[in-house]
Amino acid sequence: MLDDFFIRALIAGIGIALVTGPLGCFVVWRRLSYFGDTLAHSALLGVTIAYSMELNIAVSIFLISSLIALILIHLQRKTNLPSDALLGLLAHSSLAVGLVVIGFLTFIRFDIMGLLFGDILAVDKNDLIIIWFGGGLILLVLKFIWKPLFASTVNYELAEAEGLNPDRAKAIFTILLAAIIAISIKLVGVLLITGMLIIPTAMARNISNTPQKMVVFSIIGGLLSVFIGLFSSLEFNTPSGPSIITAALLLFIISLLKIKQTIQLKN
Amino acid sequence: MSTENNILVKLDNAGYKQDNKWLVEGVSFTVEKGKIVTLIGPNGSGKSTTAKIALGFYKGIEGQVEKFTNKIGYVPQKISIDWTLPLRVNDFMLLTDKLSDDVVDEALKSTGVYHLKNKNLGNLSGGEFQRVLLARAISKKPELLVLDEPVQGVDFTGEIEMYELIKKISANLNCGILLISHDLHTVMSATDYVVCLNGHVCCCGSPTEVAFNKEYKALFGEQASKTLTIYEHKHDHVHTTDGEIKKN
Repeated sequence: MLDDFFIRALIAGIGIALVTGPLGCFVVWRRLSYFGDTLAHSALLGVTIAYSMELNIAVSIFLISSLIALILIHLQRKTNLPSDALLGLLAHSSLAVGLVVIGFLTFIRFDIMGLLFGDILAVDKNDLIIIWFGGGLILLVLKFIWKPLFASTVNYELAEAEGLNPDRAKAIFTILLAAIIAISIKLVGVLLITGMLIIPTAMARNISNTPQKMVVFSIIGGLLSVFIGLFSSLEFNTPSGPSIITAALLLFIISLLKIKQTIQLKN
Repeated sequence: MSTENNILVKLDNAGYKQDNKWLVEGVSFTVEKGKIVTLIGPNGSGKSTTAKIALGFYKGIEGQVEKFTNKIGYVPQKISIDWTLPLRVNDFMLLTDKLSDDVVDEALKSTGVYHLKNKNLGNLSGGEFQRVLLARAISKKPELLVLDEPVQGVDFTGEIEMYELIKKISANLNCGILLISHDLHTVMSATDYVVCLNGHVCCCGSPTEVAFNKEYKALFGEQASKTLTIYEHKHDHVHTTDGEIKKN
């Protein structure tokens, strides 16, 4: 069964959606959308390094993204530039350097579109192991830091006064973000991973009134997006990443109708 | 009266420097069980900084701080909850601790916001939110309560009610309270010890001592000394926060 590329893509997608749901909630709550984007852009550099040094792609992306996150935290402390400028600086320069390095690697054939937008054909059995094992590990760690992370998302000072350790939780969360980007790059692609984190979560926000519900709905939204996206990718021969994200967008639009309804009900 | 083991937190000549500028320096006071210590002073005088020193937020402070309890409730000065987070009052009460429903209800009732239990935090008014914050702090039965301007945004009758409540909390829970306020009127009546700050300790002592201190007058003006006679305005009924009228 695992010999069929579509089944592999589907299993990979389910694994990814289970993880992006809860992580995406924190990305939205903590206003980290552009941070996620920056990490994702740097992933291309990770890919090129993986190819030139013959490393595992996911491991290489994870290391580079974590490195970029560390550089960002360092720059935030050392310079007077606003965070969004620093994020832009890192996102575009790492993307540019990545593309320049690809230019030098003439001896390797690159499917650049596949890297940017994901490729349903690219997922092999090894990737499945990385996605499900890595994803499980991410969720486990997230469960472990959930309380301090969530409390400090609501209010940093309250969390600190009550003896939690918000700084450590934040640092660990950053690493988890780098990890989910690393494991989902093949299916969703560099440019659209942040969409996978944010759009199902945004949809969930529209229809939930508690944080727990929001996490559950965003997982469900992610799963539906993966199903619809992959089936249409197969049907219409479109790249997998954009198909999944378009499906997520459709779900988001439907959730807007629900908001309209509740507003009308209130009146 | 003040035996050693009643002390909850003790500041000895404490201060904090940021970017080579003293935010506050040379502060000494102790908070004891069942006592209310109030910090007053103009904006930027280091009231919140002093509270944070007492809470142990800063690394590398000058002087000495000794804490004798870890059961601390804190109401920070400014707290904004994002609309991106769908959080109900009940979720907020359970944020860092597992509390039983009874404990949560009791705390919310005592600050008069029980009817808001299932409302979204984003839909509360400033005053309602302030009451929820106080309820949250006392629900943990703390030994030390640090309240940074706990009545901001609360209407005037509510304000007096809240200070009454704070007095009651201190008596019922036998906890020490470190209160920050710029509101001279009500503070003076509900306090055991006042520390008047302006980058350093201007003067300190009982409310009466402070009110007639020269430096206090210089800082707040002659008028301020007269605030000891607090506003007493008798109503024959009380409005509860959910809009009902209760006869006295």
